[in-house]
Amino acid sequence: MVDETLKIELGKQGVFVTTLQELYNWGRRNSIWPMQFGLACCAIEMIATTMARYDLARFGAEVFRPSPRQADMMIISGTVTKKMAPQVVRLYNQMAEPKYVIAMGACAISGGPFKQGYNVLKGIDRYIPVDVHIPGCPPRPEALIQAFMTLQKKIDAQPLTGEGRPRFLDAEAQGEFPVPVQGEHDLEPTSNQGVWPLPVVIR
Amino acid sequence: MASNPFFSLAILFAAALGFGLAPLGLAWLWGKAYSPAKPNAIKNAIYECGLVSKGDAWLQFRSAYYLYAIIFLIFDVEAVFLLPFAVAFSGLGVSACLAMLVFVLLLIEGLAWAWAKGVLTWS
Repeated sequence: MVDETLKIELGKQGVFVTTLQELYNWGRRNSIWPMQFGLACCAIEMIATTMARYDLARFGAEVFRPSPRQADMMIISGTVTKKMAPQVVRLYNQMAEPKYVIAMGACAISGGPFKQGYNVLKGIDRYIPVDVHIPGCPPRPEALIQAFMTLQKKIDAQPLTGEGRPRFLDAEAQGEFPVPVQGEHDLEPTSNQGVWPLPVVIR
Repeated sequence: MASNPFFSLAILFAAALGFGLAPLGLAWLWGKAYSPAKPNAIKNAIYECGLVSKGDAWLQFRSAYYLYAIIFLIFDVEAVFLLPFAVAFSGLGVSACLAMLVFVLLLIEGLAWAWAKGVLTWS
């Protein structure tokens, strides 16, 4: 490992020093291909983000893939109904590692204005690990871009080896996320305990 | 060997091949060294927009579609060959003309077959 101050000093002298890990993460964070699917009104903002005015292409993420096999990231853009949740989880499972999730908007992170609805999932993070949550109803395109930059920072900090390495580099880590099924009254199971431990109510 | 006129071409071909294969090989080595494969039943399923896959991806088309294949050959593929034939017609030898004639006749036979089958009548 090269010392950070030494690296800056060498950079001033015109010598560029890097590590394999930095090079790897640099390549990864600048080519995050999102999956092309929208769930509700937030998807309109997502589309606007990719267009010329906000231009997501500046972050290397303009290539929306219509197949989960080719996508690196999933933007949960909108309300996830209980009817739709199994499909979303299945699509997430079908994506190749490494994969990331941005939960976009109030509905995707908590159910939002439809939280009291019998048919709305109260946050997609009950079933799949979410990397970045963006609040808003819907979030502005700038907010989505902010989420992108946050995700890029997160990818940049992921170590290749060692204790804190991400799931896709860890042979022991869980690779399959169970797809819920429609039960009599609710989705079964109601959440994936490995991803979303039940909150403890302190009385 | 270096005097061979194709020598530079061979070098370029090897370079082009390496240019394509080297990243693939490096990615394969990287995957071996760092990222473990984690296949599972859901991931390996046929992609169907998130729904449960039904049936097999290897489905057969019915052989009854052969008539469409024949007609496609006559009206589409033949036209592709007829155009250069017509352009080079005046400079062609007897054998080339005969070969082309056989080709066209074979396809016309297909047309006659389709006609006799009543495929061409609009019902």
